Amino acid sequence: MYHRFDAVVVGAGGAGLMAALQLRAVNTAVISKLYPVRSHTGTAQGGIAAALANLEEDYPEWHAFDTVKGGDYVVDQAAAETMCAEAVDVVYELERGGLPFNRTPDGKIDQRRFGGHTRNFGEAPVRRACYAADRTGHMILQTLFQQGIKHQVRFFNEFHLLDLLIHEGRCCGVVALEIATGEIHVFHSKAVILAAGGYGRAYKITSNAHALTGDGVAVPYRRGVPLEDMEFYQFHPTGIYKMGILLTEAARGEGGILLNGKGERFMERYAPKLVDLAPRDMVSRCILLEVRAGNGVEGKDYVYLDVRHLGKEVIDAKLPDITDFVRTYMGIDPVTQPVPIQPTAHYAMGGVPTDVDGRVVVDESGTPLPGLYAAGECACVSVHGANRLGTNSLVDIVVFGRRAGRHAARFVQEADLPPLPPHPDAFAREQVDKLLRGPQQGERAVAIREKLQAEMMDKASVMRQESDLKALQRTLGELHEAYERVAIQDRGLRFNTDLTETLELGCLLDIADTIVVGAQARTESRGAHWREDYPKRDDANWLKHTLAYRRDGGIELRYKPVSITRFQPQERKY
Amino acid sequence: MQVTLRIQRFDPERDEKPHFEEYQADVEPTDRLLDALNYVKWYVDGSLAYRRSCAHGICGSDAMRVNGRNRLACKVLVRDLGNPITVAPMLSFQLIKDLVVDMEPFFAKYRALKPYLIADDPPPEKERLQSPVDRERYEDTTKCILCACCTTSCPPFWANGDFYGPAAIVNAHRFIFDSRDHGADERLATLNERNGIWRCRTVFNCTEACPRGIKVTEAMEDVKRALMLRNI
Ligand SMILES: Cc1cc2nc3c(=O)[nH]c(=O)nc-3n(C[C@H](O)[C@H](O)[C@H](O)COP(=O)(O)OP(=O)(O)OC[C@H]3O[C@@H](n4cnc5c(N)ncnc54)[C@H](O)[C@@H]3O)c2cc1C
Ligand code: FES
Repeated sequence: MYHRFDAVVVGAGGAGLMAALQLRAVNTAVISKLYPVRSHTGTAQGGIAAALANLEEDYPEWHAFDTVKGGDYVVDQAAAETMCAEAVDVVYELERGGLPFNRTPDGKIDQRRFGGHTRNFGEAPVRRACYAADRTGHMILQTLFQQGIKHQVRFFNEFHLLDLLIHEGRCCGVVALEIATGEIHVFHSKAVILAAGGYGRAYKITSNAHALTGDGVAVPYRRGVPLEDMEFYQFHPTGIYKMGILLTEAARGEGGILLNGKGERFMERYAPKLVDLAPRDMVSRCILLEVRAGNGVEGKDYVYLDVRHLGKEVIDAKLPDITDFVRTYMGIDPVTQPVPIQPTAHYAMGGVPTDVDGRVVVDESGTPLPGLYAAGECACVSVHGANRLGTNSLVDIVVFGRRAGRHAARFVQEADLPPLPPHPDAFAREQVDKLLRGPQQGERAVAIREKLQAEMMDKASVMRQESDLKALQRTLGELHEAYERVAIQDRGLRFNTDLTETLELGCLLDIADTIVVGAQARTESRGAHWREDYPKRDDANWLKHTLAYRRDGGIELRYKPVSITRFQPQERKY
Repeated sequence: MQVTLRIQRFDPERDEKPHFEEYQADVEPTDRLLDALNYVKWYVDGSLAYRRSCAHGICGSDAMRVNGRNRLACKVLVRDLGNPITVAPMLSFQLIKDLVVDMEPFFAKYRALKPYLIADDPPPEKERLQSPVDRERYEDTTKCILCACCTTSCPPFWANGDFYGPAAIVNAHRFIFDSRDHGADERLATLNERNGIWRCRTVFNCTEACPRGIKVTEAMEDVKRALMLRNI
């Protein structure tokens, strides 16, 4: 089926919904493979950072500094300043849209501490995270969806993006599969905003939903758009042991501590000032170092998160959801027992490169591809650099979702409708037909996926080194070959999730390539990218962003400079 | 351990009506039912269809009838379900395939009760103030994830599909009792109509079914009381 719109938003999480709300005055479609309220934004727990200064002195400049330092200086500082300044206004906007933030006694939005957020350029933790219990993301997603209903946003639910249309240098639409019927739809438009979220499912232990397979990153990459800083992937220190389900950093923000197998508060040794509230990359690494030194609990690969001393009342009032997770999935009660945790794959700092207006930029000098936008976790602005601070993604998705939406709204009012390429749905159909009509016998997707996830976890996660990455690259080559022969069992058109899961696996494989190639090339340690064979940060050679282009026969890496406005790179100590 | 799953199957392209099939799944006792379904899909029969995403009870995708009760497959552990485990789609909605039902009528009811803040007063420059006590008044109903466990376990809803059902009313409650909202009259008027709140017979199935622990029946009673007060 053919549709014509001014703008198409792909994804209905926080970024996509925020963008769609800016596009009310023009003819806009939102397509999403999940019902909007199922999007992963809804699982975000801890909070959204904004220097409201409701409880203590705070300024957007302090927030920007923390963001830059947290990202180990490979952050575009102008973009970080924009984000931190607009964070304040966007949080008020969310509140006015109905978001039920927790309140201070005088009725203002309450704020709490979070890792890496400090007063006065690193002095001490500051209360900057605005929150709604430990379901801030749920409330953001609900509020934006509610606004979408109010303003009659046009949703195409359970439509799966297959291809992005670029013709004569302009973006002119997308092709999507209607999951319920198997029908292929062409959306012809003047602008496309990609807001399809992250790709934690490339790893075995992850806090990310099954649906987070980076489709909105892999699809443009296949159409020649470069991917930026893919080697920076964040591991959150406190995932439930073996399952990866996240226990929010707010547990530590409220006073929870980490203990090793000997009962020591080991973070005191590594980060004397911020201790358990040091940034995530550091804490994850420290957990691994403790485990290696034999200080894991019972000699195993986990440590404890301990919140017992906070008392039942605080735990029930401020951390109800994670308490429920621990009780449900581990059968233990955090009020009386410490919780086994390990680092879990959590957040993609890298993604589709954009400028501060969400325009996708395709080279070192920031040339935009007209009509194509990206926002949210699938994009790289870059405000998170080599390591994102907690509560900064929710800010990112709403600030840059809004900016991308606003810019696109102006763009489509001036631009004409670009022509479609001949046979716009050909590539999408080819991908689908190959699976639906191909041989019945072949490789099983599950085998490829499990191998991919295990190998990525083992060789491209918290600690990396050359020999591992090389071996991993070979393995990925084999997995791609196996994927060429993959066979699905379901040959039907209706709700064929055998098909969609296999398409998603294809995206994960392409993304894994860019992570591994970028990580091999970057011979330094910075933020979440930790090379055991190059343990120092190397500003002279590596204070720059990676751009990975897909080429016949491999990946071409190029590099682009970092924007530095006011904060000169310093050693990163906490 | 091995468990037997009895799963209701229905493929509209092949079957005239739904039927059950049995599968063996090799799982840990602490695995979620969702993990067991994944096992079947990935290792036994790829054509099995169900919705899922977050896998920890937050996105609301995988509500289904498990041993006759509405549950989220990702929020129950295999060891708590006995053997065999019977899995079927939620009642009352049209089947799309296997465990997937058409959720559109459910969302239509949700939308009909204006689930968004209605506040026409000029917004302040910063946030609207709200005391912690006022905030607490509707805290419980903000937890709803729209999974439909409550609505599809509600006998009055089974009897009359035009009833708004508990989930839509829970979301109306969330705004009716929000001190910032001015839309209570409109919503209450709709809820006073034939297919409104008075169809609720206080069966409590909804409260039992809610995977988020929302006191659904209590919220329904709140709404009834608000209407009675207004009518006096
Ligand atoms: C457990 C957890 C807790 C977190 N807590 C916090 C926190 O406290 N604070 C914070 O700042 N950040 C937090 N984060 C990070 C943050 O929640 C996410 O980075 C952010 O919500 C991403 O939003 P998004 O809009 O970019 O994507 P998502 O919300 O993931 O939405 C992606 C959308 O794209 C759609 N989509 C994907 N692929 C396709 C396709 N092929 N076709 C069509 N549609 C598609 C999906 O349906 C979905 O609607 C947390 C993350 C996790 C996993
Ligand atoms: S998969 Fe999200 S609620 Fe079960």
